Amino acid sequence: MATPVTTADVVAARLTGRRFRPGELAFEAALLAALLVSLLFLIVLLADILATALPVFRQRTLGFISGELSPTADRAGVGTSILGSVTITAGVAVLAFPLGIGTAIYLEEYAPDTRLTRFITTNIRNLAGVPSIVYGILGFAIFVRFISAVGLGGNVNGRNVLAAGFTLAALVLPIVIITASEALRAVPAGIREAGFGVGATRWEVIRHHVLPSAAPGILTGTVLTLARAFGETAPLLLLGAVTGFFTLGADSSIVDRLTSAYTALPVTVFDWSRQPGEDFRALAAAAIVVLLVILLTANSAAIILRNRYERKW
Amino acid sequence: MTADADRALIGDTGPETGEPPTPPRFSLDMAARRQAAGTDAAVMFEVDDLNVHYGDFHAVFDVSLDIYERQITSFIGPSGCGKSTMLRCFNRMNDLIEGARVTGRLRYHGTDLYGPGVDPVEVRRRIGMVFQKPNPFPKSIHENIAFGPRITGFKGDVDGLIEDSLRRAALWDEVKDKLAESAYALSGGQQQRLCIARAIATNPDVVLMDEPCSALDPIATLRIEELMQELKETYTIIIVTHNMQQAARVSDRTAFFNVQLNERGQRMGRLVEYAPTGKLFTRPDQRATEDYITGRFG
Repeated sequence: MATPVTTADVVAARLTGRRFRPGELAFEAALLAALLVSLLFLIVLLADILATALPVFRQRTLGFISGELSPTADRAGVGTSILGSVTITAGVAVLAFPLGIGTAIYLEEYAPDTRLTRFITTNIRNLAGVPSIVYGILGFAIFVRFISAVGLGGNVNGRNVLAAGFTLAALVLPIVIITASEALRAVPAGIREAGFGVGATRWEVIRHHVLPSAAPGILTGTVLTLARAFGETAPLLLLGAVTGFFTLGADSSIVDRLTSAYTALPVTVFDWSRQPGEDFRALAAAAIVVLLVILLTANSAAIILRNRYERKW
Repeated sequence: MTADADRALIGDTGPETGEPPTPPRFSLDMAARRQAAGTDAAVMFEVDDLNVHYGDFHAVFDVSLDIYERQITSFIGPSGCGKSTMLRCFNRMNDLIEGARVTGRLRYHGTDLYGPGVDPVEVRRRIGMVFQKPNPFPKSIHENIAFGPRITGFKGDVDGLIEDSLRRAALWDEVKDKLAESAYALSGGQQQRLCIARAIATNPDVVLMDEPCSALDPIATLRIEELMQELKETYTIIIVTHNMQQAARVSDRTAFFNVQLNERGQRMGRLVEYAPTGKLFTRPDQRATEDYITGRFG
């Protein structure tokens, strides 16, 4: 005796019979594996570094962070390196931000859309991909000579913090321009039209409406470029960042500090990693931890600032 | 079955290639123009042989018409007929579009807006604009209205001006307790009335409206239409609309634009007929106008 098959039965059977789709599962598994592999690299790296660095932080956290470079592992610290890196990064901010944001405003808001403009824009993108050592050569050829020529070469023939700041500013400039351009382009056209519609000049529209709307994006982009500059090593090796040790006179003036020997945190990491002995390996790991903490703090600050700005409206 | 019905059935939407009907040429004698238009109102804009090109695209072809003071003039026509482009000539918004070129004459109280030495910023301070999509600034309601007067050097009582502008835009009662709040918190219809308040806060002569109700629901639309009738007491209004009923309801004069193919087969906008609204909708002179308003195409 055949039971009559109703529509409801057929629908229920179709909808609830969960089918096994091997393709779907395999694909999802592959993607998950990709994620896990990259995570694994990161975790192993971090765990190794933290484990190696631990003795240093156990024995003398404060001394390490404020200490100067020294051939003796027990007395070496990253104070000078942090100071150098912060000075260089400040220089980058002062030089690259106004130039980069100004360039982006000009390209996005003023420049006519001609073949020349597009050529320039494309090449700015290409510049962002140039290896950093090339900028080091540029800095050596131009900025070091320029700084010596104007008498700020100090006792290191221009291979000082100033040259490093100029060079890293040139290095991150294309990135600042690109991120600022993208933030400006994301401002809805309606806001510009509204501004022009009530009789604002181009600058008034930019100043009062376009820039405030683009500010969170520009801010995030620029802080990230600062992080990039903070972690950059290769060009500094060409530009005289000290890999041995030196001391600054306690009473040296600001001009002296800017024009004489310097070092930077990533360069110090590089230097200590090359030294023989467990002591310096631990020091290198500890310096990496300090570097990572500073970068993470900077990035979090960028995110917090952006969120605060965006919450406003 | 008549030929007309046939055309309607096969969906002939009308860019006609044949010899376009020649619109009546406008005399340069103002008295004659006024008489021909059947109005005593003063002329605010005189447009003669206006052409607009975007690069090598000819968007508007040889338009001549007069706009009268304290009237609502509506521009209607199918998509791509150049009516929005035409509207944007009146406050030189087309200047902001790369490759846009305007030729011919567009005189405002006798001064050619495209003449030498005319500052588009000054033009826009006298000829305000409301856009298709409500576009308040991402700031407070107060800031939205205060911006225009501030940049035009208004020195008086800003709060009073804001209240007055919002009252005239029929928005005051709804927002008076939240002037410091974001304009984005308002509904679409409120935002559009805020944009109208913003446009009139600089005390312009003319308000241009580019499909101001196309993003709004029928109730919000009705409010804007009522508002336009009140604003007409003070301002000259030109409105572009896709909605023929709206043109018929609100405007004193209507210009019908249509798409025509030029000798190279490109579409361009052309003024077909311009008349008092009542006449244009009941006794149009041109066949194309009648086809459009009766819904045969468009």
